[in-house]
Amino acid sequence: MNALLFSILPLFGGDEPTVSFDRDVRPILSGMCFECHGPDAKQRQARLRLDTREGMFPERKPTRVITPGDPQESELYLLITESDPEFRMPPEEFRHTLKPSQIDTIRRWIEQGAEYESHWAWPALKRPDVPSVHDSSWVRNPIDCFILARLEEEGVQPSPPASPRALARRLALDITGLPASAEQVAALQRGEIAAAEFSEQLLASPHYGERMAQHWLDLVRYADTVGYHGDQAWTMWPYRDYVIRSFQENQPFDEFTLEQLGGDLIEDASMTEKVAAAYNRLNMVTFEGGSQAKEFLLKYAADRVRNFSTVWLGSTVGCAECHDHKFDPYTMRDFYSLSAYFADIDEKGVFDDFQSRKVPPQMRVASEDQRARMDQAGAHIRALESAIDGDDESLSTAQAAWESTAGVLSKELVEVDWVDDAQGNGGSTEGTWTFVEGAEGAPVHSGSNSLRQEDAGNIQHFFRSAERTLRVQAGDLLFAWVHLDAANPPEELMLQFWVAGSWEHRVFWGADQIPYGGIGTDHEGHRPLGALPETGKWLRLCVDPALVGIPAGTVIGGMAFTQFGGLAHWDEAGVETRSPALALGAGDVDVVGILRKPLAKRSPEDLAALRAHFRSLTPLLEAERAELTKAREALAAMEEGLPQMLATVSVAPRAVRILPRGDWMDDSGEIVSPAAPAFLSQDNPASGARANRHDLGAWATSEENPLASRAFVNRIWKLFFGESLAKDPDDLGNQGARPTHPELLEWLAVEFVESGWDVKHIIRTILDSNTYRQSSHARPDLHDRDPHNELLARQSRWRLDAEFIRDGALQASGLLVKTVGGPSVKPYQPAGHWRELNFPMRTWEPDSGDSLYRRGLYTFWCRSFLHPAMDAFDAPSREESCARRNRSNTPQQALTLLNDPTFVEAARATAALALRASTDDTDRVHHIFQRFLARDARPPELTEALSLLRAEHARLAANPELTTALLSKGASPLPADIHPLDLASWTQVARLVLNLHETITRT
Amino acid sequence: MANTTPFTRRGFLGTAGAGVLSGAFANLLAPDAIARDGGILDALHTAPRARRVIHLCMAGGPSHLETFDYKPELARRDGQSMPESLTKGQQVAQLQGQALNCFAPQFPFARYGESGQEICTLFPHIAHHADKLLIVRSMHTDQINHDPAHTMMNTGSGLSGRPSMGAWLTWGLGVETEDLPGYIVLTSVGKGGQSQPIAARQWSSGFLPGKHQGVSLKSQGEAVHYVSSPDSAELAGQRRLVDSIARLNTLENERNPDPEIITRLAQYELAFRMQTSVPELMDLSQESAETLELYGTSGADGTYAANCLLARRLLERGTRFVQLYHRGWDHHGGIHKSMKITSKEVDQATGALLSDLDRRGMLDDTLVIWGGEFGRTPMAQGSGRDHHIKGFSLFMAGGGVRGGTAYGATDELGYAAVQNPVHVHDLHATMLHLLGIDHERLLFRVQGRDYRLTDVSGNIIHDWIA
Repeated sequence: MNALLFSILPLFGGDEPTVSFDRDVRPILSGMCFECHGPDAKQRQARLRLDTREGMFPERKPTRVITPGDPQESELYLLITESDPEFRMPPEEFRHTLKPSQIDTIRRWIEQGAEYESHWAWPALKRPDVPSVHDSSWVRNPIDCFILARLEEEGVQPSPPASPRALARRLALDITGLPASAEQVAALQRGEIAAAEFSEQLLASPHYGERMAQHWLDLVRYADTVGYHGDQAWTMWPYRDYVIRSFQENQPFDEFTLEQLGGDLIEDASMTEKVAAAYNRLNMVTFEGGSQAKEFLLKYAADRVRNFSTVWLGSTVGCAECHDHKFDPYTMRDFYSLSAYFADIDEKGVFDDFQSRKVPPQMRVASEDQRARMDQAGAHIRALESAIDGDDESLSTAQAAWESTAGVLSKELVEVDWVDDAQGNGGSTEGTWTFVEGAEGAPVHSGSNSLRQEDAGNIQHFFRSAERTLRVQAGDLLFAWVHLDAANPPEELMLQFWVAGSWEHRVFWGADQIPYGGIGTDHEGHRPLGALPETGKWLRLCVDPALVGIPAGTVIGGMAFTQFGGLAHWDEAGVETRSPALALGAGDVDVVGILRKPLAKRSPEDLAALRAHFRSLTPLLEAERAELTKAREALAAMEEGLPQMLATVSVAPRAVRILPRGDWMDDSGEIVSPAAPAFLSQDNPASGARANRHDLGAWATSEENPLASRAFVNRIWKLFFGESLAKDPDDLGNQGARPTHPELLEWLAVEFVESGWDVKHIIRTILDSNTYRQSSHARPDLHDRDPHNELLARQSRWRLDAEFIRDGALQASGLLVKTVGGPSVKPYQPAGHWRELNFPMRTWEPDSGDSLYRRGLYTFWCRSFLHPAMDAFDAPSREESCARRNRSNTPQQALTLLNDPTFVEAARATAALALRASTDDTDRVHHIFQRFLARDARPPELTEALSLLRAEHARLAANPELTTALLSKGASPLPADIHPLDLASWTQVARLVLNLHETITRT
Repeated sequence: MANTTPFTRRGFLGTAGAGVLSGAFANLLAPDAIARDGGILDALHTAPRARRVIHLCMAGGPSHLETFDYKPELARRDGQSMPESLTKGQQVAQLQGQALNCFAPQFPFARYGESGQEICTLFPHIAHHADKLLIVRSMHTDQINHDPAHTMMNTGSGLSGRPSMGAWLTWGLGVETEDLPGYIVLTSVGKGGQSQPIAARQWSSGFLPGKHQGVSLKSQGEAVHYVSSPDSAELAGQRRLVDSIARLNTLENERNPDPEIITRLAQYELAFRMQTSVPELMDLSQESAETLELYGTSGADGTYAANCLLARRLLERGTRFVQLYHRGWDHHGGIHKSMKITSKEVDQATGALLSDLDRRGMLDDTLVIWGGEFGRTPMAQGSGRDHHIKGFSLFMAGGGVRGGTAYGATDELGYAAVQNPVHVHDLHATMLHLLGIDHERLLFRVQGRDYRLTDVSGNIIHDWIA
């Protein structure tokens, strides 16, 4: 690394290369000195600070830290070269020593004038000049100038362009995560489509959104489970779909930022904005009993600061939870001030009901399609309501007739049914409503069915908040018919009435076992009416409403039929009355009272109430009312079926204190208000109003924060070149690697902001460059000189991400289901992978049908036990932000590709396609290569594949059970038209190609 | 700089191997060259006393008061309030807001061995080895809930994302096996308590290269994910397929050289070998009846006893770090009954493992660590005990530790470690020291900082070392 750095320094004077403070000196000081002479005020020794200009060149100078031009007059230099180990810096106990080359660098820097430079990442953005180059013919856009200028300095030639096939495959993989098809490659090879046009097609496809989402979801630690302890599932996928859509629609990054941090705080926030704001709930949470809520609230708060700072600052502000940052100018105050932005989020420290699978607050989320269907249902309901409510002459006539008789008491008591054969009163229907048909031999008293109720203990069916209510007149009796089984009678029967939101109106017969109302008591809420009735026959239970505190004129809104033990059938319930016309109706208006008023005395409200009452019971509107009930139930069911995801809800903010040493039990620290890191913020919020998350979102992409843009383009570069320009995308601070091309990074960062945070613009610019389009072929001339390809004299090669390996195999096999979005899915997973989970114990039940073949992006993301195929290929657990996945190369990867049923099945499906495509074995091999690699097999590959085919055919023919076993992997049906032995042998050939290094490598 | 990335390492390997491999097939690879992977350390920092570690992780938090820390004074004060001077301002878990009363030790202790170590009578088999045990009675930790406390015990931090100790060790020391992973995890449940969930994070390689991640070995179904137990005909097919893959990958490497291809060739070989080595490992029928009886198991049935036996077989085959979880130690209620059950599930096999390692001459250079993520309160939680972090016990044996010794002490009520307190970081530092590693020099740079297992602390406890 050092050798490379020095080799590229432009020459200064004679043989002395120019030393740059930022590039060459600060990294040495940061690693060797900042721990005691850096930003952390508490640890600072000898009042010497080397991480700022003021510290290195103090105005008041008892000693001269640095004397430009003269190392021997510079205290810093004298101390690091001191011969007495007792006085030499860094001290022995620090356990790191300066190398002679590092001391030399510092000496030369002082000799050359000791020019100070700020750390590259922190000054305001400033568009750098595009360097001029000799070979301008190679330049397609400014990116190429930055790359080529350095190559020319080095005397290194760029690589030739990639072949059209390689470029097509690269573009498709980089932009969509899916390999290019043979047809796409052919079109590019034949020149039928230009690379730029092909890129545009890919950028316009929804799979671009999916690809970018995969990257973003790593950053924001999106997952389908809560993370801690029992790692229960939650519903978060609508946020994932929001991210896909945002990238797909190329939402400007500043808006994207604002919506996620503070979308819920936008006035009249749309559903999209609320879903975006669920970003604030992506942190791990716990259901572990015995957890201390205060401690976990602080863990969540710290988690959010770490995530925000990785994503929008490319910084490790998390270090400042317990002390000022050791290397970068973030203080503890900055940490807790950032944390204060999130202090308004409504949440619990410990969520208490893991069985409920709810992590409140939650919200129901409707897709546009669902929203439209619900709006339609709503309109239908309103239409029915106005049909029932509308002016109609025949209804007016009928109402007049009804009024003339309704008030008249009948001579005899009449039974009016409230419940018979159905719960037809609307409202909420609960408990066990088991209807049994008389036609099938069940005892029935009235109508066609009755309700069967049997249990060893307490059992009931009931309804409440009815729309069709029952009003009690003087002299009325409430009743319910019941049939007690002679062999197995209940021990107790109870009737309960729902009045004004209360069930405290009960009667019971038999043993006092049912706890409602209080066993052993006698009052309106628990009135004993004696022994149980006779068994084996229908009997009417009667209740005088006055006995249970229901005076005449009361409106009853529900009824409960409860028994203890045994078997009973329940039927027909209602009221026995002399004014049957008035017994049932809507609402709780005193219709009788109105009818008794003379016409002239009835108020407009009275008239409206009468009209509504009539229309709620007239047989003329029965069909409309039934349809309305149905329509309302349908709408309620739609709402019930909507996903309920975690919501970000703002409440009065908790006080946020600076916690001494990060100790959550120490309340002695100062309370802080939300504020951006002080060194990045010009504006100290003296305005009075407390800043909120929305303000943070606005600040993140404001001019004050150059880090958001630098961090973003740095990460984007990685998606197209394998490494970021600054190699540590999560640390742009003093300890992070300096960009290989700082001016290029700066140019891209400025371009990004000035384009209006246009993500696709940056990507297009990259894709359009000759730098991007170079061949990735190994360069023996650079093998030693540039082993990490930092000069970018060629494109890079890397093993594909876990998701894209899956996607590619499924696409080649034709099994891939390209549906975008929706709930996460469960493809095959080895049995027992979740055996260490508890609270509750659970097993992974694989999905069926299309859900088995979705893109890896949609695989259910269990933080504590990631799907083994994802884990094997380094998908992160997403417990913390991940800006840079590992790219390991392990036996687990080989085992996964060889034996995971997903990949065996994909090979089998590919084999079937090849067998159908041709009868010629050579063509079939080419077909398989085309499907995975978009090229024909080369001659030695063909020979090998055919040899494998013959060997496997012979072996499988001799072992038919192995054929069966091989073909049994995966749920997709076996083709009926292909001989199993052929299919199995060709499956082995497809597995060969699927397992190739080239297949899982982006070049 | 400690941050030599996997890419770099493989880069060097690839450079060295490329010439040898040209035109060759993968099965011509010298297995030692790559699969028997050296660690990142060129040389050990100090003379090692142990070469491998077995961590018997008693998940849920065993009560020190019913295992290794006898407190007669607690028995005397049974039912009385705990002194507020001890408990005021201290963390409790499920006892939040409740009365804190002393709860007597539930079982008698006895003295064992020539050393006369005091051990609960529930553990006769472990106690049989009293003169080999280093009992530590002054452990303390920072995290009072299971999940973060396990993370602390395994990675030295309560935060997710750090490598666990097994990953540090295989990264630092490499592995001594050609056909098995260097870091293996086995889990078992018990009947004496709620089963603690254990996340894969507990054996994560964190920011270290993925191949250092612990591999979870199951005793039922496929022992390792995607490792079936193929019969010979099936194995022949796999061999043929893997050979074809190797040939084509070798061709690709000639056309477009890439050290990653060389590594991949080696990994397919290791994967292939695992398909025979893993079933062979799991086949306990090779063990004598006497051995099975010693452990108290009849086969690979997923019990702690069977796992102890598997652990010994793994160590014999060169696995560097074996971690064995018993998930049934969370005794919030009914501790009297639960301890009887759980101790029975654990005692005999633990004793057998010590005996078996000893008679095979392996105990000398195998460090055995037995303990939980924390201890339990001297205070009653009904008929059980709550989580406790201020003082708890563990024991070690073999691997250069001083047997027949007790180290540290809690106060007379078993509440806080008062004599020679040992933090989790100290345990880690000493463990690494026994393996020849200076804990301050096994470093990995990520996010601009040198990380180590012991975070920024950890003291080597020289008194532990024989």
